[in-house]
Amino acid sequence: MKPILEVKNISKKYRINKEGAGYLSLRDTITDLFTGKKTSKKEDFWALKDLSFDIYPGDSIGIIGRNGAGKSTLLKILSKITSPTEGKIISRGRISSLLEVGTGFHPELTGRENIFLNGSILGLKKSEIVKQIDSIIDFSGVEKFLETQLKHYSSGMQLRLAFAVAAHLEPEILIIDEVLAVGDAEFQKKCIGKMGEISKSGRTILFVSHQLGIVSQLCKRAILLNNGALVQDNTPASVIDFYINNHQSKEDQYISENSSKEIYIRSARTLNEKNEQTNSFVFDQKILIEIIIKNSSVARGVKLSCTIQSKTGEYLTTLIEDLEKFENLGEDIYKIKIEYPAKIIAPNSYAFRIALFFPHGKVYDLVEMICPIKIQDNGSNMALFEGVDYGNFILDYKVVN
Amino acid sequence: MSEIENLERIEYEIKPAGNLSLNLSELWQYKELFYFFTWRDIKVKYKQTYLGVAWVVLQPFITMVVFSVFFGKLLKVPSMGLPYPVFVFSGLMFWNIFSSGLTNSGDSMVSNANIIKKIYFPRLIIPVSALLVSVFDFVFTFILFIGLALIVGFSIPLRFFVFLPLGLSLTILTTFGLGTLLSALNVKYRDFRYTIPFIIQLTLFLTPVIYPVSIIKSNWAKYFFALNPMTGAINLSRAGLTSTSVDIIPLLISGGSALIIAVLGILIFKKTEAYFADLA
Repeated sequence: MKPILEVKNISKKYRINKEGAGYLSLRDTITDLFTGKKTSKKEDFWALKDLSFDIYPGDSIGIIGRNGAGKSTLLKILSKITSPTEGKIISRGRISSLLEVGTGFHPELTGRENIFLNGSILGLKKSEIVKQIDSIIDFSGVEKFLETQLKHYSSGMQLRLAFAVAAHLEPEILIIDEVLAVGDAEFQKKCIGKMGEISKSGRTILFVSHQLGIVSQLCKRAILLNNGALVQDNTPASVIDFYINNHQSKEDQYISENSSKEIYIRSARTLNEKNEQTNSFVFDQKILIEIIIKNSSVARGVKLSCTIQSKTGEYLTTLIEDLEKFENLGEDIYKIKIEYPAKIIAPNSYAFRIALFFPHGKVYDLVEMICPIKIQDNGSNMALFEGVDYGNFILDYKVVN
Repeated sequence: MSEIENLERIEYEIKPAGNLSLNLSELWQYKELFYFFTWRDIKVKYKQTYLGVAWVVLQPFITMVVFSVFFGKLLKVPSMGLPYPVFVFSGLMFWNIFSSGLTNSGDSMVSNANIIKKIYFPRLIIPVSALLVSVFDFVFTFILFIGLALIVGFSIPLRFFVFLPLGLSLTILTTFGLGTLLSALNVKYRDFRYTIPFIIQLTLFLTPVIYPVSIIKSNWAKYFFALNPMTGAINLSRAGLTSTSVDIIPLLISGGSALIIAVLGILIFKKTEAYFADLA
């Protein structure tokens, strides 16, 4: 089978205007012309460098990478919005791209009018829109407001209407940029269901997202970009794993500046199962926290508490340990490593609160919101709702009849 | 089955820019988008106005009245034997396409930047649709012109309806070329945004709208004026109304000039096209 899309050595160069303005002024050009030198400081920047891959009909591919990795540039080139500087792409199917929902929506026009305008901008024929209008209206769920100007719609309603139109495109290749990052959970579910349907019907989907959970649920293949180059091209699970372990920042360990206390927390950091320091985890990984304290006191009975905090600071769960359990590293320095089980803490962002105290008495040291961590969804039951605040724990429940 | 057939049928390349061809077949494929963009602009233009489409006729009508009073009555500008209102309106009709068409299409690429950055379609549709709005307005202005002729008791000779499409084509071609050119330059250099009203203001006096071209005596001056294709267009309209013959050399100059402007417009537009999304 021939690939439906052949990306061959694609590179894209941007000229960055150092002054900040994206456009030129005629004055600069004229000045340059006479003085023979460049007054405007410009710098070349390669958003994509020598990128090649093939996509076969029916593939559903997730493109991941951090901001600035070149994902958006790749999508723009594939959707013909901008042209590559070098290389070429051979396409054997009609491409529709959704880099934004509701492209061309006009606030002064009514919902119905916008269906036609947006539909035709997306490449639908008028006859196709007329044929599918009932289904579009039905999908959008805004039938009551169809004759109302779009400016009176809530942003949620606009989004529903926009996605309803987009869902009725029938290209061979569909390119989707993070359009699902918005909207309420129910609607997101509907959209993802629709995308699953599209990919099952044998059409090809390219999907860019930060929501790794959705990528692993929806795609059969994932491509990881970094600095405009292809780093990984494999199953979503293995690419996401690689991404998490290699492309996240390794900072954020806590180191105390205060050494005057008799007992204090010297440092703390989070580790993965392989004992590598990281602040980024996936749902089915254990989370380890390593705490090092200095104890130059002779006080007995001092305890350590470690609390997981939500990103807003609430206490989610706390454990308390005796200092006797610590490993003595010499020179009054002690270390403890605590392992939290995998598959319980819901994908979200968290931090830690650590205290050294005497029960019902003195608090020797207390730090809050340290060692921030992020747990990514790599296919939990709740993956569809990633980004929605649905709670902090996913428990292994049963449906009992 | 059909999927596979499609795969065989559709095959295209996305390559670095440099293709200057117009790609008419693609434009034809997107023909409905011309309609939708024009329709959108017309709808939006009159949506929040109390008088609505009445503005289309009100504006040229008031201009005609003011011109008739000042230039016709007070300054006694010659009008080739026509009633001055009919004379000035026959020029204003075309002039309005030029001035509003140039304003709309010159600004169109910048004002549609958010769409250009998010989706592909042949970019030429944008300035052309903006111009089509002005052509649509012309239909109403023309009806007003017929009404005006009836009121002042001027019977329009049949030959006018032969000259009209010619003049109209010349006007549209000129406006298209200049509008497309400016819309592309505007994306690159925002300076051009300020030149458009200026161009329109100046050319109103360089174009025989309020005066007949016959006040220019020297042949060379006539040829020079004919470089402005709008001169040719309005002369055609007037020659249709009076029984004067058309000077063929100035007409050819105007036609050639319009053609050069149009080709230049397309070339510059095509050259900038691939980078619109990066610049806008």
